[in-house]
Amino acid sequence: MELFTNQILAGISTGAIYACMALAVVMIYQAIDHLNFAQGEMAMFSTFISWQLMQWGMPYWVAFVLTLAFSFAGGIVIERALFKPLAKAPILTQVAGFIALFSIINSCAGLIWDFTIKQYPTPFGSSPFLGSQLISTHQAGMIGVTVLMLFGLFFFFQYTRMGLAMRAAASLPESARLVGINTSWMIALGWGMAAAIGAVAGMLIAPVVFLEPNMMGGVLIYGFAAAVLGGLTSPLGAVIGGFLVGIFENLAGTYIPGVGNELKLPIALALIITVLVVKPAGLFGRPIVKRV
Amino acid sequence: MTMMLNVKDLRAYYGQVQALHGLTFSLNEGSLTTLLGANGAGKTTTLRAICNMVRSTGAIEFEGAPLSGRSTENIVRLGIAHVPQGRGTFTAMTVEENLQLGAISRRDKAGIVSDIERMYDHFPVLKERHTQQAGTLSGGEQQMLAVARALMLRPRLMLLDEPSFGLAPLVVRDLFKILGKINRDDRVTILVVEQNAQLALELADQAYVIETGRIVMSGGAKDIANNEDVRKSYLGY
Amino acid sequence: MSAAEEVVAEGQAVEAVPKRAMTLGAGTSLLVLAALVLLPLVAKNFIIFQMTMVLIYGLAVLALNILTGGSGQFSLGQSAFYAIGAYASAILMEDFGVNYALTLPIAGLICFAVGYLFGQPALRLSGVYLALATFALATAMPQLLKLGYFEKWTGGVQGLVVTKPDAPFGLPMSQDMWLYYFTLAVTLAIYIFSVNLLRSRSGRAFMAIRDNEIAASSMGVNVALYKTLAFGVSAGITGIAGGLSAIAVQFVAPDSYTIALAISLFLGMVVGGVGWLPGSFVGAAFIIFVPNIAEGISKGLSGAVFGVLLFLVIYLVPHGARQVAIVSQQLLGKLRKN
Repeated sequence: MELFTNQILAGISTGAIYACMALAVVMIYQAIDHLNFAQGEMAMFSTFISWQLMQWGMPYWVAFVLTLAFSFAGGIVIERALFKPLAKAPILTQVAGFIALFSIINSCAGLIWDFTIKQYPTPFGSSPFLGSQLISTHQAGMIGVTVLMLFGLFFFFQYTRMGLAMRAAASLPESARLVGINTSWMIALGWGMAAAIGAVAGMLIAPVVFLEPNMMGGVLIYGFAAAVLGGLTSPLGAVIGGFLVGIFENLAGTYIPGVGNELKLPIALALIITVLVVKPAGLFGRPIVKRV
Repeated sequence: MTMMLNVKDLRAYYGQVQALHGLTFSLNEGSLTTLLGANGAGKTTTLRAICNMVRSTGAIEFEGAPLSGRSTENIVRLGIAHVPQGRGTFTAMTVEENLQLGAISRRDKAGIVSDIERMYDHFPVLKERHTQQAGTLSGGEQQMLAVARALMLRPRLMLLDEPSFGLAPLVVRDLFKILGKINRDDRVTILVVEQNAQLALELADQAYVIETGRIVMSGGAKDIANNEDVRKSYLGY
Repeated sequence: MSAAEEVVAEGQAVEAVPKRAMTLGAGTSLLVLAALVLLPLVAKNFIIFQMTMVLIYGLAVLALNILTGGSGQFSLGQSAFYAIGAYASAILMEDFGVNYALTLPIAGLICFAVGYLFGQPALRLSGVYLALATFALATAMPQLLKLGYFEKWTGGVQGLVVTKPDAPFGLPMSQDMWLYYFTLAVTLAIYIFSVNLLRSRSGRAFMAIRDNEIAASSMGVNVALYKTLAFGVSAGITGIAGGLSAIAVQFVAPDSYTIALAISLFLGMVVGGVGWLPGSFVGAAFIIFVPNIAEGISKGLSGAVFGVLLFLVIYLVPHGARQVAIVSQQLLGKLRKN
């Protein structure tokens, strides 16, 4: 029994990573109604920027805030320059665009900062949290920041004019224009916000997985899976999904024989898909009622 | 009498296909006009062209200001509300959120709140369902919601595309009564596209009949309703 | 547009390719075929080998085109079927001494069965969810191939070496040239089969499902049957491509069949033009040659250069090679008029 609870707790702490990434995924989905495969790479690049700023002597929180601003602006620029021209193209073509962006960012990061692993500092320290051997102060800090962002996002989407406008623009762009919303700018803003959230995710994750250009690959997939599990329209679902994915992953690794590190990902995905077959809109997704 | 809307030589295209062949008409301020014609005549295209939702050439002026070159959302912000075919309801959002979205381009919070209350007075069924997901409303209720949402803009001109579509006759009568009231009390100029010519002609003062992208008849609604030849040739009854 | 059409417009993610435009005209097809037949007589062995790979990848992209462009189902898992086909051929040839040509239909059938079975649970998923499910399949495959249980047959991490066949009947041509013609013949057969499939009733059923699943089922199309059939056929063709690759490359190993391959095939489909069968080979050429070109331009930034080239292609022709073909056709039409 104790092993079981330990695995659950361990799963929650790794799950915080996925929850954070999942929030960024849901953010972009709320804005543009599909997923951006280059999001992990953008988060990685932002994290490298913050690392570079610290290498140049800036204190952690200054670098953190500057990186957020840079990421927000960067997200908008990338959308306006690279994806706005593709807005009328078929969705599969846009997906190819995301893949191209992924390739470009990953390659550039590798050239600028090379592929050796770097240490990345945490503002929370890494001592045991409240004396527990399973959760460090950093992981607790990660969970805390993620939950904070979650509340922020929830509040933004449910209770602000801008959030409402963004949701409208993503769900029915033509109707949104008919109430006077500039849907094109809503998309740009969505990208900016998603990039900023991704940057936070990257900066929280890097202390754990170490900073290198390929650090976000696996995390992004788990982030997607968590977002989908939670229901793509629900930030709360994304966070809970993240924790659940962390737990699934850990339990699978511990209790299913023959499952080493390599098979954890497919098994976790298989579990998620099983849930989806039963609940196609995800755990917290609002199934949209369509009258045919 | 000022011209609310002035349309000159409007031609509209879907890709290579030309749907409108030089429409010219105008709407007086405060009038209630109906645009009639058979399926595919170009009625919807006309409304879409006014809001720049389809490629078109020609001059359109709203309260004297030219609309060419403006994006749909900017045209809307000038004070033109468009209730599209199919209603365009935000089905995933609540009734109240749909109304808030109608006013999203306005800055006066107090005015918006009081307008929402006014909408609930006009349409009590919306108040009943104000926290429900809009997609769960019936066709008639969604149409009420679409009209209410358009009114939240405090528009000077309202365009409606086949509001009677898919609705039971009694519901349509109620709806048209409300449209008449809005036109008279709130001084909103209205252009209604309809296939249900009979009811539309009872409601409107002015009427245009359009066929394959051209206006073939215009005049007072009563005159057109009483003209048996016109009714038989163009309106089917 | 009525309320019902509103639902339809929202659901359509894969655009329809008009049936008439699905293939090259007869004249162009014969020209291309002639070029393909004559190529080995003038090219070096290595080029012939690369052309063989273009045909093989082209088949895999074709299979994806049938699945996505034809029946509207997304798949990021084609690399799994490719791997199964490759390993099936390799094991049959090396462990059971089966003739290389015979391994192909067997690999095809095995993959058809796997694809058909996978299609069953996939019925309840679509769009992003199906993409995730197929992604899981693709990431699982290399790991499954490395598992200790199967090492006896799969050769574990090192994989298996495959013997390249000689030209039969003592024909005076190199192994590469023979393999090229053999692959060309198989490709032609599958291409003709696919074109006919998409023109048949089944093909129309696929496309009805792609365009509007609800309407299709209300018209009496057995959606479940055709969706799983599409998966099966697509997997089967991919499996044959995999088998051919095992013979051409002369070895199979788990890390040759990662998610990167599935993503490449997807890119090949987009570059060629989704749903346009001839484009599959243009797309295959893109994914084989452009990464090399990128590396030639800049070794350190090869990924970035590839990304930029990919962007250029999708800006200029968002609908892929099909767009180029249509524009050329229009230009030729104008020239003929003058």
